[in-house]
Amino acid sequence: MQMSSRMKNLLTPVIAVLLGVLVGTIIMIVSGYDAIAAYTALWNGAFGDVYFVGEVVRQVTPYILAGLAVAFAFKTGLFNIGVEGQMLVGWVAAVWVGVSFDLPRIIHLPLAVLAAGVAGALWAFIPGYLKARFRVHEVIVTIMLNHTALYVTNEIIRSVLSDGKERTDMIAESASLRSPFFEVLTDYSRMHWGITIAIICAIIMWFILEKTTTGFELRAVGFNEHASQYAGMNVKRNIILSMVISGVFAGLAGAMEGLGTFGYAAVKGGFTGVGFDGIAVALLGGNTAIGVILAAILFGGLKVGALNMPLEAGVPNELVDIIIALIIIFVASSYIIRWFIDRISKKGVK
Amino acid sequence: MEYVIEMLNIRKEFSGFVANDNITLQLKQGEIHALLGENGAGKSTLMNVLFGLYQPEEGEIKVKGETVKITDPNVANELGIGMVHQHFMLVDTFTVTENIILGKETTKGGFIDIKTAEEEVRKISERYGLAVDPQAKVANISVGMQQRVEILKTLYRGADILIFDEPTAVLTPQEIKELIQIFKTLIKEGKSIILITHKLKEIMEVCDRVTVIRKGKGIGTVNVSETNPTELASLMVGRDVVFKTEKTEANPAHEVLQVENLNVKDARGVQAIKNLNLSVRAGEIVGIAGVDGNGQTELIEAITGLRKAESGRVKINGKNVLNFSPRKVTETGLGHIPQDRHKHGLVLNYSVGENMVLQTYYQKPYSKSGVMNFKKIYDKARALIQEFDVRTPSEYTPARALSGGNQQKAIIGREVDRNPDILIAAQPTRGLDVGAIEFIHKRLIEQRDNGKAVLLVSFELDEIMNVSDRIAVIYEGEIVAIVDPKETTEQELGLLMAGSKKKEVGENANV
Repeated sequence: MQMSSRMKNLLTPVIAVLLGVLVGTIIMIVSGYDAIAAYTALWNGAFGDVYFVGEVVRQVTPYILAGLAVAFAFKTGLFNIGVEGQMLVGWVAAVWVGVSFDLPRIIHLPLAVLAAGVAGALWAFIPGYLKARFRVHEVIVTIMLNHTALYVTNEIIRSVLSDGKERTDMIAESASLRSPFFEVLTDYSRMHWGITIAIICAIIMWFILEKTTTGFELRAVGFNEHASQYAGMNVKRNIILSMVISGVFAGLAGAMEGLGTFGYAAVKGGFTGVGFDGIAVALLGGNTAIGVILAAILFGGLKVGALNMPLEAGVPNELVDIIIALIIIFVASSYIIRWFIDRISKKGVK
Repeated sequence: MEYVIEMLNIRKEFSGFVANDNITLQLKQGEIHALLGENGAGKSTLMNVLFGLYQPEEGEIKVKGETVKITDPNVANELGIGMVHQHFMLVDTFTVTENIILGKETTKGGFIDIKTAEEEVRKISERYGLAVDPQAKVANISVGMQQRVEILKTLYRGADILIFDEPTAVLTPQEIKELIQIFKTLIKEGKSIILITHKLKEIMEVCDRVTVIRKGKGIGTVNVSETNPTELASLMVGRDVVFKTEKTEANPAHEVLQVENLNVKDARGVQAIKNLNLSVRAGEIVGIAGVDGNGQTELIEAITGLRKAESGRVKINGKNVLNFSPRKVTETGLGHIPQDRHKHGLVLNYSVGENMVLQTYYQKPYSKSGVMNFKKIYDKARALIQEFDVRTPSEYTPARALSGGNQQKAIIGREVDRNPDILIAAQPTRGLDVGAIEFIHKRLIEQRDNGKAVLLVSFELDEIMNVSDRIAVIYEGEIVAIVDPKETTEQELGLLMAGSKKKEVGENANV
């Protein structure tokens, strides 16, 4: 029985995850830690209690959006490394609207979320435009704009949103994504309404790419610019549009932090890492909407669960970072895994 | 010991699919032996078996009378078998010599001894009349020269038996002539050649014997002196093939495409099209004959909106569309079968069905207010696949998975189905076998008979002579002559294409 390519696509990330866990186990044993206790602690720290489940969902929310941002650009042939920066500007834009106005919730909250999306879109427009107009590679521009975003937002927080302080005031209640309902349900975790936005965005991404003429054009341009031009598509417009949509998702990821988890924006010494983790999420999720959600749940669970490992098992939580890194290595080397699958399924024939 | 290579009753399977079934090929010392078959008949598989890339399930290979097992290409090399691939395996940024010694470097004290190697390359090159400069960068030499570098590579490794995989597909007529001369020198120097091809004319011209395979089966070996192209074609395809496409007298009506005083620069900023005038009328096929690189590409790109023109007019049905976007030009009633089907014609990762609506996806019924209707798209694709005999497992298969001929049929189906007033066909049959060529020529003529205008650009004189109602000869960006295919000869066309008769004809050419 020949394995279908769909099955292979599904099996590859699963095997990568298992290999990552396996090698992680070996590292723990070699370093003299109790691997079983560590994984039990990891599990308990992620799903052992409703509070932890709520925290996992909170962590998963920006991961989904950051993953969608990377995946959307990737599907259209672009490599958006700038999700981190787009997220930071989105974060500050959302908080800015959140602290500056006093409006009814029905207007204030959507306005703050919208501001984050627009800010992310504008930040991503720059590399898109430079790529379309001057063929400047988007990877270089987005990397540099990450740093620009970090220091620009820090400066805005210090001198515009506060009087030289390290953080802004709390946003108005009317702009907050916080949800007493979820909080009660999850034993007062920081879980908020953002998860619904993230899932809606996943559906939107799938719909745009797979069902609309816009998506048809975007993907065509990503695969083959020449054929797209021949077919009458506007290649430049599509490159910019792809970056802008990607930037909206990234900006919304920032809104999740600014309006949901924290409720403020603070001066940062370095990157949050969520934008870069988004690359891993997209990679593991095969750049599909559903894959991104599943990968985000895995990474969110690992990140939150890891915090319990030093407490319960005396294993440093950095080990989870190692496991995550290993998973990514195995996904990236999926060619090897595919080769294995091919060999095994061929043997099955004989 | 008469045969240098004997492949006896070779059988090769790929997970249930039989690519080679009981094929026998025997190569005599000092002969040019053609391996003839349609695209996908199993020619490449057979040669890859000989070159050690595949292991046969059954059969025997003998080299100079001795049974051998060729487990990988290195073994083939040691046995004196060399292959000149269709797609060259060269490093662009390396020099000729560096490419040739790659993998078999001559060293002196641990360092590459490029001087000795260059001398060696120069010697071989002179001996076989290849005229290759050992110090030139591969990126800077012509395709024909690159092919000679590939030949040198095999000779440098001591090959006595050379396999050529479709060597003329990428060459200009002049380069083909030179290659044939090289073949003769190689034979004189004691080499033997296997030539993989589906061009019957070449076989008749240079080969001694020909082995025909069809759908993976060996059909037999015949002496070229005892056969003719018609017989070879029917052996290859399995039915009678008409070479001279049947067509009636053209009934040209009004002018559909008018090109007036067109000036276009190429990518380097050099004037590629100079004050060009041309017209194509409804119900006729105008063929543009010319050697590659005389402005054909720029002319087509300017007409279709893919390249900005400096000045002039391009009118479709009287409406000037110069420098319009490709979409606007398309909507004015133009169809375009592009020269490079992989670069321009198809999105290879898209399914056959998606490729069928590459220009019309935004129109009803394929989409409505921006939402695609894939049911309608794939319905349409199925109909076109049926009508144009595109052989594909399904309409959902990626275009990448199709053979060249079927990719081309898919493009032609798409373009003809839009029923454009003017259809531009650039090299529509490049790399295709006679069956597919016949089909495509018929379709072009059908389009003409339906009262549409067709502009055919081709480097194949046969094709131009065969299909066109009028021939426009392009030379250095100008139309230097308009001739009637019934009154001209290949010789005359050849002279015109070389620019030698430019003056006299150019002045009174009624364009």
